[in-house]
Amino acid sequence: MRNLIAFIRKYSFFFLFLGVETLAFYLIIKNNHFQGSSFLNSTNQLTGGIYTRYAELGDYLHLKEVNDALSDENKRLRENQIRSFERLFGENILVKDTIFKRKYLYTKAKVINNSTHRQNNYLTLNIGSRNGIENGMGVVGPNGVVGVVKNVSDHYASVVSVLHREAKISVKLKNSSYFGSMQWDGEDYRTVMLKDIPNHVQMNEGDTVVTSGFSSIFPEGLNAAVIKTFHVPEGENFYEIKMQLLNDFKQISYVYVLKNNFSSEIKELESGSEESND
Amino acid sequence: MIKNIITYPFQFVLFVLLQVLILNNIQLGGTINPFLYILFILWLPIETNKALVMGIAFVFGLSIDVFTDTMGMHASACVFLAFARPFMLNILAPRDGYELNVSPTAGALGWFWFIRYAAIGIFLHHFFLFFVEVFRFTEFFDTMGRVLASSVFSLLLISLAQFFTSNTEEKR
Repeated sequence: MRNLIAFIRKYSFFFLFLGVETLAFYLIIKNNHFQGSSFLNSTNQLTGGIYTRYAELGDYLHLKEVNDALSDENKRLRENQIRSFERLFGENILVKDTIFKRKYLYTKAKVINNSTHRQNNYLTLNIGSRNGIENGMGVVGPNGVVGVVKNVSDHYASVVSVLHREAKISVKLKNSSYFGSMQWDGEDYRTVMLKDIPNHVQMNEGDTVVTSGFSSIFPEGLNAAVIKTFHVPEGENFYEIKMQLLNDFKQISYVYVLKNNFSSEIKELESGSEESND
Repeated sequence: MIKNIITYPFQFVLFVLLQVLILNNIQLGGTINPFLYILFILWLPIETNKALVMGIAFVFGLSIDVFTDTMGMHASACVFLAFARPFMLNILAPRDGYELNVSPTAGALGWFWFIRYAAIGIFLHHFFLFFVEVFRFTEFFDTMGRVLASSVFSLLLISLAQFFTSNTEEKR
C-alpha cells in the first residue's frame, strides 16, 4: 500500500495530466454527440453577444459588397414585380387564389460568425427560435444554397455550412435534370464535388447546378454551383465533377432562412408509406 | 509578485480576444491558421507550480473553445502543452540552471534559446490539436502537412510578438 502511494506521489504530475486530459476529451465527445443540449457554445448569450458587437464593427468594411449584392437582388425582384408586366385585360384584379398556396417563407438573418478554414464549418445567425427558426430549415444566400440549421437557441441559430465534410445536398443539372449529391472535400472553400452523375450524361464546363427539391428543405431550381471541371476516372461508372460555388463564403453577411410550410405533411406521408411497405 | 497578479489575467483576456476576433479570421491558402494564443502558456514564469500551469492551460483553452464551438479541443491541446512544458524547460536548461524569477522570454534567455523553446512548444500543441480535430490517422500525411505549415506560420507570429515586447521589458 505504501508503495502504491509512493508510486502515485512520484508520478502525480502525470496522473494530473491524465485526469485533466480525460476531462477535455469528455467535453469533446459529449459535444459531438449532444450538441443541441450543450450549453457552452457560440449560441449562448455571452459569446453570442460579443460576436454580435464584433460583427457590427465589421459591417462597415463590407458595406460595398453588401450594397452590390442587394442592388443585384433588387433588380431581379423588380423584374418580377407586377408593375413590370403589361396588363392585358381590364382594370380590376380579383385575387381569390386557390391554385397557389405559399410553400416557402423567407426570414432574413445576419451572419454573426462564420468560418471556412476548418474541416467542418458552421455559421451563426442572429435569429433563433423566438423568430420561428427550427432545426432542419434551409439557409440560402444571395447566390444560392448556404447550409442547413442545426441548433437553435432563443436568439441565435447555428448552421451547418455547405463546407462541412458530412453535409450532403441533393442537386441536379439544370439542363438535363440528372440528380446527384453535392459534397465538400475539405480542401478549397470555393469548390465542391458533385457525386453520383452517371457517365453517359452530356455536360459542359460552366453548366449550372440547381437544387433538386427532393429534400423539401430547399425549393426546386435554386442555384447551387457551376461546373468547373469534370472527367470519368478509368473503370468508373460515375463522373468526378468539381464545381465552383456561387456564393463567396468568405464574404457572406446576410442570408435567408427558409421555412417549408408543407414539410411536416411531406414527412408524415413519406414515413407512412415506408411503414406500409414493411 | 503583485505585478504578476495584474499582468497575467490581463494577458489572458488579451490573448483570447486577439485569437478569436482577429487571428481566427486569417487563413493562408484556406487551411493554415496561426495560433498565437499559446504564447500565454509559454510565457508563464518558469518556477510556476506545474499543476497550476495545467489548471490555467485548461481554463485558457476552454475559453478559446467557447468562442470557436470546438468544446474541449483547444483545452486538450493546451493541457498537453502544459504537460510537456516542464520537460521542454529541462531539456533546454542552461548548464548552471535557470536564475531565480526569470520568465522564459527572449529578453531574459536569448533569442536562440527562445526560438528553440517556442518551436518545440508550437509543434507539440499543433500536432495534438490538428489530430484531435480530424480524430483519425487515415489521412496522416495530409494532416501532418497542415501541422507543419501552421507551425511555421505560428512561430513567425510568436517571434514577431516577442520581438515587439522584448524592448519594453528591457527598459523596465
